[in-house]
Amino acid sequence: MAATGEPILEVRDLVKHFPLNQGIIMKKQIGAIKAVDGVSFDLRRGETLGIVGESGCGKSTLAKLLMALERPTSGSVKINGREIAQARGGELKRVRRNIQMVMQDPYTSLNPRMTVGDIIGEPYEIHQEVAPKGDRRRKVQELLEVVGLNPDHINRYPHQFSGGQRQRIGIARGLALQPEIIVCDEPVSALDVSIQAQVINLLERLQNEFDLAYIFIAHDLSVVRHISDRVGVMYLGKMVELGKDTEIYDRPAHPYTQALLSAVPVPDPDGRERRERIILQGDPPSPANPPSGCRFRTRCWKAQEICAEQEPLLQIRPGTAHASACHFAETHDVVHV
Amino acid sequence: MSDTLAPAAGRARHGKPARPPKPPRAASLWNDAWHDLRRRPLFIGSAVLIGIFLIMSVFPWLFTSVDPFDAASCRLADARQGMSGAHWFGTDNLGCDVYARTVYGARNSIVVGVTTTVVTALVGGLLGLVAGFKGGAVDTLFSRITEIFFAIPSILGALLILAVFRTGNVWTVMLALAVLTWPMTFRIMRAAVITAKSQDYVVAARALGASAPRIMFRHILPNAVAPVIVVATINLGGFIAAEAGLSFLGVGLRSPDISWGLMISDARERFLEAPGPLLFPALFLSLTVLAFIMLGDAVRDALDPKLR
Repeated sequence: MAATGEPILEVRDLVKHFPLNQGIIMKKQIGAIKAVDGVSFDLRRGETLGIVGESGCGKSTLAKLLMALERPTSGSVKINGREIAQARGGELKRVRRNIQMVMQDPYTSLNPRMTVGDIIGEPYEIHQEVAPKGDRRRKVQELLEVVGLNPDHINRYPHQFSGGQRQRIGIARGLALQPEIIVCDEPVSALDVSIQAQVINLLERLQNEFDLAYIFIAHDLSVVRHISDRVGVMYLGKMVELGKDTEIYDRPAHPYTQALLSAVPVPDPDGRERRERIILQGDPPSPANPPSGCRFRTRCWKAQEICAEQEPLLQIRPGTAHASACHFAETHDVVHV
Repeated sequence: MSDTLAPAAGRARHGKPARPPKPPRAASLWNDAWHDLRRRPLFIGSAVLIGIFLIMSVFPWLFTSVDPFDAASCRLADARQGMSGAHWFGTDNLGCDVYARTVYGARNSIVVGVTTTVVTALVGGLLGLVAGFKGGAVDTLFSRITEIFFAIPSILGALLILAVFRTGNVWTVMLALAVLTWPMTFRIMRAAVITAKSQDYVVAARALGASAPRIMFRHILPNAVAPVIVVATINLGGFIAAEAGLSFLGVGLRSPDISWGLMISDARERFLEAPGPLLFPALFLSLTVLAFIMLGDAVRDALDPKLR
């Protein structure tokens, strides 16, 4: 899992605003949902970057932007130095071979009217140059074996599999083009806990085998901690803290991260007694009209005037070894384990 | 449920469990659907019925030696007879053999019913697929056009179209019916496509770099076609009946043409004295409609792997 060398994915100041229109014929833009608002990070070969945050913080939009399923309002996404955010047509198709995705819901992400062989083989039909025609079925069967399914089940349909098996099919489809990066958008949140572990272990094994880099998006902090080398915490479209997994989990510097960690269930009665519980007041503000300055200030117990006036940048601050976006960043172990 | 079904389905595909498994053939939705259809009693029954009616409409002389277009075959003296060895279904008002007329009437009725169904399904289905998939301006344009057609009262519209052509034959009747009914297929298809389009597997295909035609025909169409098949097969009977209605209004087929619709409308007045001339063509009509509805049902089920 060691991350090495040059970054293969470079994201810079990525912004996605969804326009809010009014009127039927004369459309007038009355505002914008700022789903992702200036996110930057790097991903190196073989590395896993976990992205956490509550619902609506822009995690899934970020995944869609990385996959070029949505066009960014501004900013850039470079894969091996090639821009994907602006790529079109054949160029986009070529870049896509390097970045694939595993989706959240294994029940809706597989076409119910296609056989497993057709689902996993579709990447080869779209990218004909990857595998010659006669070779494809054999390759699909190899992929089934790689993800731990019976290669004889190639002619079955998705409904004949369980949730965990379906997610393996989705992973096999993502692996077909031998990408360097796989974006996992909540890949285990639709599965039972026992199945989650199997799928996570599979993802880790595949990472070692194929030297994959993962963007692992989830709201389950313990799953993210288990698989990630680095973790980014998002709040209202912005990255508020980014660092190694141990830094984020044991020495969180941003008050939001601390609050988030204090909400993780601790599977140990003693630990549960000892940990701090930070309960935030209110709801996250609307992404259409975020607060000025620091976006977290409306719910932050440390907020002062400067927080409303100056936006804190994501940078390494005195007293912490990793980047956080808070004027009053201060490491503080919440979980104590 | 899926887990209990899985071994059974696997066994069925490889024949009896005792036999060594065949090397896996490349299954696809259409292969499997056809494989499955061939053993459905519903499909076999409807296919046999449809086959008989199709042969009847192409080669009616195989079924009867009487030529109903020959005026000499009708004798007024024999009018309104009941069933007998000479006249299996009895005779009508003019003393013509009802069985021979019913057999010869199959061609016009089936041509009108089947071609109208196929044309509306293709036109409405394709436009609905494009409108639902593209959305935006294309969808708005197509939808407004269909609304114009919806606003035309169907009988009045058909009268107008047929009056323009001045000749009532199967093709003009087909055209009139198709022009007025394709918007319904369009709407059903469009709604089904919009539902299918937002599914995750379509997003997954886009992430792989699939082209728009591939997404439309490989992912959306197979998942959106079921309601169109159902409505099309139900409409088929309606088209045959509508042809009868237009004939009755004097703008559809006219005597000496023969169709089930014409026979039914001719026989209405004397129904209580002689029900045969109405009941027999009506029976054939019902059987045809039933056969196509069963066929549509079987095809729809076969295209859904969960129901196999």
